[in-house]
Parts: sequence; structure tokens; C-alpha cells
Amino acid sequence: MLAMSRNDLLLFLGFTIAVLAMPIWLQPFGAAYPDLLQRFTIYAILAVGFNILFGLTGYLSFGHAAFFGVGSYAAVWSFKLLSMDAIPAMAFAIVVSGIFALLIGYVSLRRSGIYFSILTLAFAQMSYNLAYSVLTPITNGETGLQLDLADPRYLDRAFSAAPAGLPSPTLLGAPLTGYAGFYFCAGFLIIAFFIAQRITGSPFGMMLKGIKSNQTRMNYTGFNTKPYTLAAFVISGMYAGLAGALLAITDPLAGAERMQWTASGEVVLMTILGGAGTLVGPVIGAWLIKYFENIFSAINDSILTRFFAFLPEGADHVAVTIASKFVGEGWFLTLGLVFVLIVVFLPGGIMEGVRRIVGLFNRSGKTPRHTPAQVQPAE
Amino acid sequence: MTVFKRGPSRRRVLQTGLAGILATGVAPLILSRGAWAQEFCNNPTGDTVTFGLNLPLTGAYAEEGADEQKAYQLAIQHLNGEGDGGLISVLTPTALKGNGVLGKKVAFVTSDSQTKADVARAGATRMIERDGAIMVSGGSSSAEAVAVQGLCQEMGVIFMAGLTHSNDTTGKDKKRYGFRHFFNAYQSGIGLAPAIVKAYGADRRAYHLTADYTWGWTQEESMKAATEELGWETVQAVRTPLGAGDFSQFLTPVLNSGADVLILNHYGNDMVNSLTQAVQFGMRDRQTNGKNFEIVVPLFSELMAKGAGANIKGIYGTSNWHWNLQDPGTIAFTKSFGAAYGAPPSQAAHTAYVQALLYADACERAGTFYPPEVIKALEGFEFDGMGNGPTLYRAEDHQCIKNVLVVQGNESPTSEYDVLNVVQEIPRDAVAYDPAIFGGDLGPAEPAPIC
Amino acid sequence: MFEVIFLQFLNGLDKGGAYALIALGLTLVFGTLGVVNFAHGALFMLGAFCAVLFRQLITFETVTIDPTKLSPWGAPLEVRAPLVQTWFGDFGAVLVNYSVPFSILLTIPVMLVIGIALERGIIKHFYKRPHAEQILVTFGLAIVAQEIIKSFFGPNPIPQPMPEGLRGAADIGAWLGMQANVITYPIWRLVYFLFAGVIIGGVFAFLQFTTFGLVVRAGMADRETVGLLGINIDRRFTIMFGLAAVVAGMAGVMYTPLLPPNYHIGMDFLVLSFVVVVVGGMGSLPGAVAAGFLLGILQSFASMTQIKAIVPGIDQIIIYLVAVVILLVRPRGLFGRRGVMEA
Repeated sequence: MLAMSRNDLLLFLGFTIAVLAMPIWLQPFGAAYPDLLQRFTIYAILAVGFNILFGLTGYLSFGHAAFFGVGSYAAVWSFKLLSMDAIPAMAFAIVVSGIFALLIGYVSLRRSGIYFSILTLAFAQMSYNLAYSVLTPITNGETGLQLDLADPRYLDRAFSAAPAGLPSPTLLGAPLTGYAGFYFCAGFLIIAFFIAQRITGSPFGMMLKGIKSNQTRMNYTGFNTKPYTLAAFVISGMYAGLAGALLAITDPLAGAERMQWTASGEVVLMTILGGAGTLVGPVIGAWLIKYFENIFSAINDSILTRFFAFLPEGADHVAVTIASKFVGEGWFLTLGLVFVLIVVFLPGGIMEGVRRIVGLFNRSGKTPRHTPAQVQPAE
Repeated sequence: MTVFKRGPSRRRVLQTGLAGILATGVAPLILSRGAWAQEFCNNPTGDTVTFGLNLPLTGAYAEEGADEQKAYQLAIQHLNGEGDGGLISVLTPTALKGNGVLGKKVAFVTSDSQTKADVARAGATRMIERDGAIMVSGGSSSAEAVAVQGLCQEMGVIFMAGLTHSNDTTGKDKKRYGFRHFFNAYQSGIGLAPAIVKAYGADRRAYHLTADYTWGWTQEESMKAATEELGWETVQAVRTPLGAGDFSQFLTPVLNSGADVLILNHYGNDMVNSLTQAVQFGMRDRQTNGKNFEIVVPLFSELMAKGAGANIKGIYGTSNWHWNLQDPGTIAFTKSFGAAYGAPPSQAAHTAYVQALLYADACERAGTFYPPEVIKALEGFEFDGMGNGPTLYRAEDHQCIKNVLVVQGNESPTSEYDVLNVVQEIPRDAVAYDPAIFGGDLGPAEPAPIC
Repeated sequence: MFEVIFLQFLNGLDKGGAYALIALGLTLVFGTLGVVNFAHGALFMLGAFCAVLFRQLITFETVTIDPTKLSPWGAPLEVRAPLVQTWFGDFGAVLVNYSVPFSILLTIPVMLVIGIALERGIIKHFYKRPHAEQILVTFGLAIVAQEIIKSFFGPNPIPQPMPEGLRGAADIGAWLGMQANVITYPIWRLVYFLFAGVIIGGVFAFLQFTTFGLVVRAGMADRETVGLLGINIDRRFTIMFGLAAVVAGMAGVMYTPLLPPNYHIGMDFLVLSFVVVVVGGMGSLPGAVAAGFLLGILQSFASMTQIKAIVPGIDQIIIYLVAVVILLVRPRGLFGRRGVMEA
């Protein structure tokens, strides 16, 4: 049933190498430290999952952060109650967020268009507000759910005595901090990417794309589209749950902020920025935004002054003043501008830009089917 | 199942993938091993030592964060022997020499925590992993403090808490690597209750509006216990969502509830909004049960008082410190800060400055940056001259025990900074408590092997 | 108990007025242009900052430093003299006191220009593009607007004082012949409620009783036919977008004394205004107003302790809960038309 074409395989291999080699090729960009690398992979998983829903079916969910948050809470509870091992935590998180997505999706998918967006937004905001207030016994509210010395950890205790101090998450006994944590997350990103690639190429993926281009026609041809969209919604929610669990594994804390609607908006930004409907686009979007947030935001006036030192006296001051509005604390302004420009001129995101450039070079005769980047054209 | 029509077999893919993992994955791991192989996390090897400052520069407590940043910069100048030396000459006992810490110049990195626990923790991780921070300080909400303190315990990096008032920071969530100079909700309660009972009488009925999160709850609990002890009655305690903005729907029920005191357990912008709106509802001009209706704000800072403007006049609360105290430490710090920034420091700035100095002093006294030794030097440390009278860093819970100020909004301010009057300085013995009442466990001092 | 319920109802009306006013502008844009405007909250915020800017302009001070005296913290004493009072005397003082209402005079032209520029510059190109892309481009514009404001006015809220005479509370109970001091309500909130009523009434009257309004309503119903009749409907729609921006801006201005504005205030209202519009039915003006009041009143009552004792946390979610229920029971909102925004 499922066939993997040469191009798909090339794309997959290229992607795998790019992800695993991140600590090397990100070195010149100042981004090769474990914490940021972990975030790169985790948010890429989130965006790839979001793309299965939005990119394939066209349903714009504005509440995806809820599943992310639920995944984190579930993982931390697994650490608290069962074991510090990552596997039960992830399994638990995926199951819980999948059930959560099933419930919300079942209700929200009764409507489409902006009504669907508002329904998901409403559910996510409800989850966020409740997590912040009355659900504090479960979520620890504003402080965030953390590990505690007094946690029972029944599974761990069944095998060994409690060690001194606060334990940290492990994989079958091996610690998951620093680069080990990154490779752990990277492995899951590659698996997640592989599954997304298979889904996109499968009859199921075709069905979803059909829903996006014309749901009414799909209905008339006798398909009940609801189970398909619901399945996409749940898969996408499970991806978010996995990402949330990984975030909790690399840093065992779950805060309600990651469920707020602005967090959902961020996922949408990532996907659109990179290119909705493409496989690689959301990943690039996620990396770009996290890079902006962590590195671009740390550029301050003294760095700028050094950068503009080649300009004549006076002109460098002007340049620093203007540039400082766009970096450092102003990084979000730059992001907003880039985003507007992309939506206006490149509705297909960065991937469309790449394709256009490649198209320019390939116009002289060759068929434009050779770069991995264009294996999955945007809808 | 999966059929590879063209191209390599699955086995081949797996093999290549595995080789990729080995080639690209393990290499940097080995290369970077050397960098991490120290006797403890971020042992400074060069001639500088880096402090990580985690500051809320945006979000609900951004104003406090900006003031903290100024104070840290000033403290670092003073530690490096620049400027007028500030409190270094006033702290007693002291081992500070004004030539950096243990001969190394102090540098710093900052991170915007956005007043969110998640972001604060990510920023602290970045400062420790990428920038090599030996110590993390700052934060202006208890959620941030608890989250970052937990991280620092795992990483084996000392955390000198900034503005955090929840009982949990040195109570149920206390950590061996976390130290708090600021006072807490419990001390606010036992410090403030006698003063307001004296001012408003023992026969009062109080209505609480409480920010719906851990800090608000501990403060509500502490205020309720302390006032009921002295004869007040609690009519109702209502939780309000954090950052609600418009509190009118919570204020209307207060009017005819029979209460004659409103206690606002809010902080930052929430407090500014709820207090302003309560005054707009005419609560301060009201007569209830034949008495003047009163408003009490258990914790407020001069920055919040500035935000609330005229509405704060005459309102009782507590503060950690205030710039117009008349002891030598306060005078020296206010002068130094005022000369540098043209405005007097806030309590957030003060606590930030003091924490930076105390950490440096502890390193000097320990003679090393090795955290367990520094922790030993801080635990049970008794000092004076930092503006709150004699102060003890309690070994049991890492809470500073010092005088607590009962303050009142100034009725006739002489400048925009002269917004508070210190009406009473509660001696530290009166606000000390048994550390066991909040439970918690400090955890081990041995540095974590992970960093 | 009666007073309590009456006060809560009054509070609900007051909140509802604010919600309806915000949702009105959003619906106006959607109903005429068919554009889902996620930048509407940003327009509200920009209006609020017109008030801030106006006050900063009229309270401009000359600062002279008196080196002979020192402030208590050791800096040279600054002597400040406000310019407007020096120039205009008493009128200046009144101007400063009533800066918030006066700033509407600045807000109307500014917001009109911003609105028209936005429509001509960007929104115009999105009429034919999918709703998702409209949402995204306006969302991006909202981010840009708020970050620009942040870099000029800082991240902290800037309090705007109420006019002296309108502070404090009015004794409504006494007006209605009840016992004094039982039902009191802040004067400014009553002013805001009246203001919202006047603006909402004005917009309806404008659409109902003017030729311009007639053409716009015709265009809302059938854009192509109106175009075929030789009417330049595009220009009128541009003006409608400007009008919506002005309504949002004025709502923002008058709200500043109740809640000090910061750069983020628009985003906080955005979600809410969308929920209101969707509950009312996309594109329906009466729907937006009705939903605004409905949600305001429900939220006010849900915040009562007696209600929260039965359903904990209901005050946090009531608005979203109502939105979900209404969308499931009445798919197009309270007053929505068939076939709007479902593709």
C-alpha cells in the first residue's frame, strides 16, 4: 500500500542528517547549545503535527497549545506518580492528549471555517483558565507543576530505594540531559517526520487533501469526511502531546502559559512562515521562530555598535538606533514584519520562496523535480 | 505493509541512519565533554566570573524588573571597585574587598523572563548552559522564583531570589541552592494585623479579594489567620483571575455584603487596577456598620503606589524596605542609586542589590566558588548594615529574618517618589516563626553531576 | 439580595456595553468587506494610545534643574513647569483635567487615516484570498502595531486619570427613590455605558437613515449588483473600514481611565471580541450588540460567590462556554445568516 519514492527517501535522509548534525552546523550561528537544540526539535514536532491538521485538511485550529500543555502535565504526573523513565511519561502523555483531542475534536469538527477556529480557541482558553485557577490541585496553577522530593514514584520505588535529592528524567537509567536529551528529542523528530511523510503520501493523506480543496464534493461522492478530519485532528493532537512530553522530559516542569492562545498563535505562525502543507516548511518555521526568540532577542546595543563600527562617526549611531528597534527586545516586531511580508507575497511560506528560486534556475530545460525541498508542493 | 519500490531496503535505511547517529551524534558529545568536565558547574577559569540575571523586562511586573536590572548593574560596579562603593563599606561583617569576587572581575548576562515561570526557567537554562553563569539571581514573581530555584537545585547553581513573597519559596518548595532575602506573606500577616487592628478597631468585618494563584492564597490564608486572631471576622474571600483587568464584577458584591474592610491580596498591575477601581466605586467614602469603610493592601511597593497615584493615600500595607529609612545602609544605597539613575531605588532594586553583594561576600568568606562551601557560608549568616537592621539568613529554610515595615500611603507626598510613609518597624523577633510550619525539604548540597 | 442582583445586572450592562462596542467595529468590517480582521484589537489599542499621546502632549513640561537644592536621594532638584497651563491658564487646566474626552478629537482623524491606509495598503489585496490568509495577515499587522507602540511607550501600562468631576460613584439607588448608599456605581462607568449606547445608536442610524448607509447595506447584501448599477462601492467600503477603526479607537480612548492601557491591551480584547461576534452571528450588527450584552451580563453573574460555590471556576470560562454551546445549538450564532464563513 505505502510506497516510498526515491524523492521521499532522499528528503527523509537529508532531513535526518540535517537534524542529527545540528550541533555542528548551528555552531557558527551561536545556537549549538543543548537547551536551544532541544527546543528546536520539540517545536518542530509540534509544527509538523499541526501541519497534519492545517496543512492537509485546511482546518485552522487556534487552540493547539492546549494539547501541548496537556502532554506536559501528563508527563510530569507520570514522573511524579510512576517513574522517572521517559517511556511511560511519553506513552501517558500521548494517550491523554489523544483522548483530549478526541473530545475537543469531536465537538469542534461539527463546524467548519472560522467557527471551527473559534471553537478550538474557546476550548483552549477554557483549559488554560481552569489550569490557572480551580484545577490548581492538578496543575499547580501559576507556579507550574514540578517534581517534589515527596513524590511517590511507585514504579521506581518498586525496584530501588529513593536516591538523595531530586531525580531527573532518564531513559532506561541513562540520563537525558544536555546533548543526550537533544538526540533523544531528535530521534523522535525524525520518527515524527517519517510518519507525517507516510501520512501525506497515503490514501488517507489524499483524502485529507481532498477535504481541503472541496469538502462538499467529497461528501457528494459518498465519503463521510468526518472520521477522516477527526483522525487528523487526533493525530495532530497526539503530536502536540508528544512535543509537550518531550519538553517536560528535558525540563520537568509544566506551566499553564504554554496553553494560552498566544502559544497556539505561535504554532500557526511557525507553520505559515515555513509553508503550510509542505513537510519541511513547518520545521523551518519552528526553527526560525525559536532562533529569533533565543538568539536574535539577545542582540544588544553593544553588539550592534561593534557591528556598525565600520560606518563613519555619527552614521553608526543612527544605524544602531534604528537597528536596535528591530533586534533585542524588538525581535517580535521583526517577526511580525517578516510574517506580514510572507503572507502578502509568499502565501506558501518560505518553502514557496525556495521553490520559486529553484524554479528560476531550473527554467532552462530540466524538470524541476530534483531538489528534496519540492517533493511536497503546497496545496 | 511498507514496500520499497525503488531505492534501498529498510535494513539499509536503518543502517545508514544508525551510522549517521554515530558519526554526527557522538562526536560533539565527546568534543564537548572536556568543556563540562569541571569539579562543579561553570567553575570560572578565566579572570571573570559571570552572574546570570533573570529579569522580567516585559509582562505584569516589568517595572520591578527594570529597577532590579539597574540595581544589579550598580552592585556589580561596586563589587568591581567602580563607583562610590555603595554598601560594601557598610555591610558588617564583610570580606568584600572591592576588587571583584575572589580576584575575578564580575560580568553579567541578562534574560527577559516575561513574568512567566516557563520563560524564566528557559532563560536560566540558557544562561547556565550557554553563558556559563555561576549564580542566577532575579525574578519578581513567586512562580518564577520557585521554578528557577528548582532548576538551580538540579543544575547545582546557586539561586539568589529577587522579589518573591509567597510562603512556598522558603516553605514547601524550599531548596538547598535557593536563598531569599525578601520577606514573605506570613510575616506580612503577623506584622500588619496588629497595626490595622489598632488603627481600625478590633470589631471589623473583612472581605478578601485574592489573586487566584499560590501567592494570593498563601497571603489570604496568612492575613485571615492573623486578623481573626485579633478579633476580626472574615465575611468572604473571593478569588479573582490573575490579570483580570476589570474587577468591577468582583467589587459590586462587596458593597452590600456587610463588610467594612476590603483586603486586596493583589500585586503589580492587578493591585493597581483593583485598588483604583475600588476607589472609583466610592469605597473609601462609604460608611458601613457605622464605621468608615477601609481598604488594606497587605503587600505593596513604591512602584505600585506610584501606579495607583492618589488612590493609595492612607492605605496600610507592608514592605520589605523603603528608601527613606534613616539607617546608614539605606542612606548609602539611596544616595548611590539616586546619583546613578536620578530616582530612589524601589524595594525590588534593594533586594536585588543586597542579594548580589551577599553572594559575593559568601564566596569571599568561603574562599571558593564551590557551591556547597558558599551555601555553608550563607546558611546561618548574621549580618547588619543592609538597611533592615540586623539580619539572619536562617539555615533551616534559607529565609532572611529581619525587620518588617508597616507602611501607609503618604497623604501629602513631596515628590512623585515620596509615596509611602513607614509607620512602624516590626522587630525581627516579632515576625520570626518556626520554619517547620510550612514543611518542605531543602535537599542535598552536593553539586549535581549533570552540569 | 435585590440590591446585590440589581448591582450585578448593572455591572453586566456596563460590561456588555463595552463588549458590544468592540464587537460592533469588527462586525462592521466583516459585514461590509467580508474580511476577518484580527487587527481589530490593535485598532482598539491604538485608539487608547491616542489618549496617552494627547495627554503627553498637553502635559509637556519644561524641566529646569536647580543645582543649589538636592532631592532626598542626592540628585539635583528638578523644577517642572507644565507648558499648557503657562500658555492657556485656566483653559489649560480644564484641558488637562478632561484630557481623555478631549483626546477623541485627536483620535477620530488619526484612526480614520490609519483605517483607510490599512485598507488601501493591505486589506484590499485580501478580499479574494481565503479567510485563513486574512486572519494571518491581520494577525501579523496586529503584532507589528503593538510592537511599534511598545518600542515608543514601553511595556508598562500608562494610567490615564479620570476627569476630576467624574471620579467616585453615583448613588443610583437614591435617584430611583430607594435607600441612599445602597446602589452606587462609578460615574465614569455610567458615562462609558452612555457613550457606547450613543455610538451604537449612531452607527445604526447612519446605516439606516442616510443614502450612504443605504448604498452600503445594499452592497453588503449584493456587492456585484450594486457595482453594476454604476456605484463605486469600493470607495464606500474603504470609508466603512475607516469608520470601524474610528469606532474601535474611540472605544479604546474612553476605556483608558478604567484600565491603564499597555501595548498588549488589544490582544486581550481580541479573543473576547471574536467570541462576541461569533456568538452574535458573523456579519450581523444587531447580533453583535445583543451578544455583547448577553455575555457581559452572564459574566457578571457568574462572578458571584453564590454561583461559584455551585460551579467552581465558572467565572473563568463562562464566555467560552456560552460560545461553544451557542455554536453547537445555533451553528450561525444568534442572528447569523446561512452560508457565511463556512467554507
